[in-house]
Amino acid sequence: MFELIFFSLLNGIVTGLLLFMLASGLTLIFSMMGVLNFAHASFYMLGAYVAYTISMYLGFWVGLIVAPILVGLMGAVVERYGLRYVHRWGHVAELIFTFGLAFLIEEVVQFIWGKDTKAYHEPEILQFPLFTFFGQNFPAYKAFMLLVSIGIFIMLLLILTRSRVGLIIQAAIHKPNMTAMLGHNVPLVFMGVFGVGCALAGLAGVIAGPALGTFPGMAVVLGSIVFVIVVVGGLGSLTGAFVASLLIGLLQTFAIALDYSVNDLLQLFNISFDADSAFRDLWTLSLPQIAPILPYLLLVLILIFRPTGLFGNRET
Amino acid sequence: MKLKSKILIGAAFAALSAFTAQAADTIKIAFIDPLSGPFAATGTNGYNQYQFAADVLVNQKGGVLGGQMFEVVGFDNKISPKESLVQLKRAIGEGIHFVVQGNSSGVAHALTDAIKKNNERNPEQRVLFMNYSAVDPALTNEDCNFWHFRFDANADIKMSALTDAIAAREDIKKVYIIGQDYSFGKAVAAAAVKFLGEKRPDIEIVGNELHPIGKVKDFTPYATKIRASEAGAVITGNWGADMVGLAKAIGDAGIDAPVYTYYAANDGITKTIGAAGKDKIRLVHEGRVNPPPTDEYKAYHMAFKERYPDSDISQFRIANVISMLAMAMEQAGSTDVVAVAKQLEGMEYTTMQGDKVYMRAEDHQLIQPVYISVHTDENVVLDADNSGYGLVTETTVSAEDAAIPPLGCKMERPS
Amino acid sequence: MSEIAKTSSSAASRPLLKTLTPWIGFLILLLALPNIFSSNSGLYTMNLMGIFIIFALSYNMLLGQGGMLSFGHAVYFGLGGFMSVHFMNYIEDGAFVFPMYLIPIFGGLIGLVFGIIIGSFSTRRAGTVFAMISLGVGELMASSSLIFVAFFGGEEGVSGDRTTGPELAGINFGQDIHIYYLIAAWVFVTVTLMYLFSRTPAGRMANAVRDNAERAEFVGYSQRKVRFVSFCASGFFAGIAGGLFALNFEIVTEENLNALTSGTVLLMAYIGGVGFFIGPIVGAVLFTLLQSILSNYTDIWQLYVGILFVLTVMYVPQGLTGIIVMHSAAWRMKRLGSLILPYIRIGIPALAMLAGIAAFLETIHHVRTAFEGDTLMSLMGIEFDSHGVVSWIVILALVFVGGFLTRMQLRQLRDAWETANKPPAQTEGSGS
Repeated sequence: MFELIFFSLLNGIVTGLLLFMLASGLTLIFSMMGVLNFAHASFYMLGAYVAYTISMYLGFWVGLIVAPILVGLMGAVVERYGLRYVHRWGHVAELIFTFGLAFLIEEVVQFIWGKDTKAYHEPEILQFPLFTFFGQNFPAYKAFMLLVSIGIFIMLLLILTRSRVGLIIQAAIHKPNMTAMLGHNVPLVFMGVFGVGCALAGLAGVIAGPALGTFPGMAVVLGSIVFVIVVVGGLGSLTGAFVASLLIGLLQTFAIALDYSVNDLLQLFNISFDADSAFRDLWTLSLPQIAPILPYLLLVLILIFRPTGLFGNRET
Repeated sequence: MKLKSKILIGAAFAALSAFTAQAADTIKIAFIDPLSGPFAATGTNGYNQYQFAADVLVNQKGGVLGGQMFEVVGFDNKISPKESLVQLKRAIGEGIHFVVQGNSSGVAHALTDAIKKNNERNPEQRVLFMNYSAVDPALTNEDCNFWHFRFDANADIKMSALTDAIAAREDIKKVYIIGQDYSFGKAVAAAAVKFLGEKRPDIEIVGNELHPIGKVKDFTPYATKIRASEAGAVITGNWGADMVGLAKAIGDAGIDAPVYTYYAANDGITKTIGAAGKDKIRLVHEGRVNPPPTDEYKAYHMAFKERYPDSDISQFRIANVISMLAMAMEQAGSTDVVAVAKQLEGMEYTTMQGDKVYMRAEDHQLIQPVYISVHTDENVVLDADNSGYGLVTETTVSAEDAAIPPLGCKMERPS
Repeated sequence: MSEIAKTSSSAASRPLLKTLTPWIGFLILLLALPNIFSSNSGLYTMNLMGIFIIFALSYNMLLGQGGMLSFGHAVYFGLGGFMSVHFMNYIEDGAFVFPMYLIPIFGGLIGLVFGIIIGSFSTRRAGTVFAMISLGVGELMASSSLIFVAFFGGEEGVSGDRTTGPELAGINFGQDIHIYYLIAAWVFVTVTLMYLFSRTPAGRMANAVRDNAERAEFVGYSQRKVRFVSFCASGFFAGIAGGLFALNFEIVTEENLNALTSGTVLLMAYIGGVGFFIGPIVGAVLFTLLQSILSNYTDIWQLYVGILFVLTVMYVPQGLTGIIVMHSAAWRMKRLGSLILPYIRIGIPALAMLAGIAAFLETIHHVRTAFEGDTLMSLMGIEFDSHGVVSWIVILALVFVGGFLTRMQLRQLRDAWETANKPPAQTEGSGS
């Protein structure tokens, strides 16, 4: 049991920090521009695919550096020539635009790279078990993912709180008009933040591609989970996104690890049930089965009862 | 303007030639499977194999019934039951009477049901359904009908063979079952529990788990659980991305137990699993690859590789579908659906791999030998995904041993 | 041209007839269509169209009329379908007697019930909160559908048989043509009802709340209640569409209520134009055609749909109907004829460019997917070598020459457009 908890904790943190890399960019974009970027996870997918192509010719490490930059540039272009243009039609149009973009990027990825899963592997020097605990391996690559994620978190924190750019961004988050009045080029800040956000998503894709598989559906699988994190964490709150990411990561791993069902709960109270009734699915429902719907349940509940999110101070 | 009129003339000619081609005697076979979307890789490869089989096994030998050629027409169902019915309608509209499908038992259920209804409502547009890969046992048990023939071994037959192999290994004391949460995954789990209970009551089933299909991003938590359960073997019916993810996580966690699977090969999966699954991943399937059973098969395989260098013969049964259909037509002396179906019932046939198979008349399940192979890079003559890795057969279960009697199939036959 | 103008002006003198004319035309069209497209696939496509028309219109009650962007509308469509197919099975089992052709009512009712339940908390807010809740509920429902097998039937869904139960004048709806007329009847009734709804105070207030919620509150309407009413009505009609789906396909599966279907309906409504009542109808028809016809000719049809969608969102937020309606000013001033020539002049190079782009994409796709040695491909009946230099020169020439000529023609089109849409007084002044 201890072994199970230990590894679930570790895996939960790895997943959570990976989610945070996506969520941090999204929450910054969301709080500044007020638009939830549906295509954010698509940039994560682009990161994985671009890095895969680069890694075939120049190796993993070049891909690790170059792919996020390329994806960030793509993001900046999308902001400059797409989102800013659509902005004139209003928020709903912006939301639909990013939705359409997500659809289009998936099609483009299939067009360029095909529909099958790509054999994108971790670099050879990271293909060893870092340590073995109770006979179970912890792959070095997972530790590498952990390190990169933590590094990004610290870097973001430092930039946002200690640098001048960070101050402007913080100001633009809370009072965009006032910041523009003070003479800062807010559209440029928007473009920059959008680009950096996409680059972070791309980086997440680069390091997640080998671990979670590089296939056309990878954006859809992760896309809505990231929304959940942003909303649950609270608008514009990096801390909130961090906590929510870890929460979701741990929630998902532990829900799988702990094999309890409604039936077990009922038996605690000495209630038995009819195995043939129409509600039999309800009684046999187990935690691993409902693990994937827990985040959405959380999303709906948070939106109903605490629209500001856990750490936010503005309503969504 | 000039160019446009050229295009128009070209289009007109093409339409004309298409029309005349249709008028000639070809027997069309509708291939209804995913040709786009996430499962397109598997579907497209199946389509290639059908076209190749029709070409090599029928058309190059002069066709059937005095020179009628087979033509396999692809219909993209996007692996959706609804879209499959749309495509079925289209195929019927084009005057096609023979349908092949294989990916997803969900789709097969929808198709067999729709074909049964169609054949009752429109007797002049009857359709024969040759299922080459959907292995939910229900399709030949309680949901069987006269128009459905299955050429793959069903999940129960395969599980029976798998559990024989597991039962023979005295060192396995604990088994973990994991599968996708839908009819096929459940059928695999139920069969595993049943057969293990009969053959090796001492084996403890330490986990019987269903996960959402196609939604799991990271299988590491499942691998952790499997490891913590100290299972000596893992059984899974997973396919597609779910198979890749599971195999990867099991490899990463350093689980040494053998993994018994249904679909962990070809269409990119072998390449992705690579070294991580060597001597660990086992597959139950029909149709041997390594060592190549006959020279004829080897030549067939190589010829296919020459035409489609990126694909493999991943489903040997496709060749059986085409050959047996051609044979049934010859024996019936016509392409009438009922006559062909009656010939297929109980047909005995020797495959290119030298196996004797027969189509059991009671439930339309092809009875054939089943093999258990291991994923390795040693002694591989014909590899998969050009990866150097491939399947090498370890155990053979003869057709007689593999046959499981039909359960609850009540078939209404047309008079 | 002048004849059409005459009829329209004579109709103007009789307002009742004028309001009824489009509906009578709609009815005649519905009755005539199966005689024009009588083939199997034609009927099938039209049946699908009818279902999607109702579904897209119900969606537009939210987005277009109420300003609520939903990413989970398929929930009501799917639940309606599941409920209907269960009732079909009850009828087949003889649990109770009910005519099969009225089954969609059950679909509508379950849509309504869930509309009330979910609407009670989701319509509290509009905008992003609403969109997010709809997304969450949609994902919840879609995931649950695979867990609760007793009701949703798991991955293979629930099938039924529509030919049981009391017959209508000896027709048991076994044939597609029968189901077509059944769907057509439902389409006519529900489209009329939805149109009438948009004319009721509730429908009008939905527009008001969409445009300015605060003002609506000042007039004395609770924005939440107004949204709630629209939401429930929308759920009801989506449920009916789901019921018709169940009748038509005799199977309902998880994909009827998943995010893909929710996205599809958004796509249809938006491409058609959410600002107009008939917009979603146009979108549903176009999307079904693209889906069932374009997919026969090309593997990458979804790429085209994606491009079309993004371009629509960016440049024509009024949708395709918006483009048509843009011409109404010129039409009323009888100057539409003056636009024909400029349209032809820009249309030819633009078509050449589009053909070039399509050929470019198709050829790349062919090069990437065809097996070794197969370099011959055919497009629109023209066969050429996809690896050949000549083909590439032709394709690129089409794109660039076409693009260049289109650009050159833009100015004259703009001029022609401005002349055609100039207010009459000014033109008369300049003319005299």
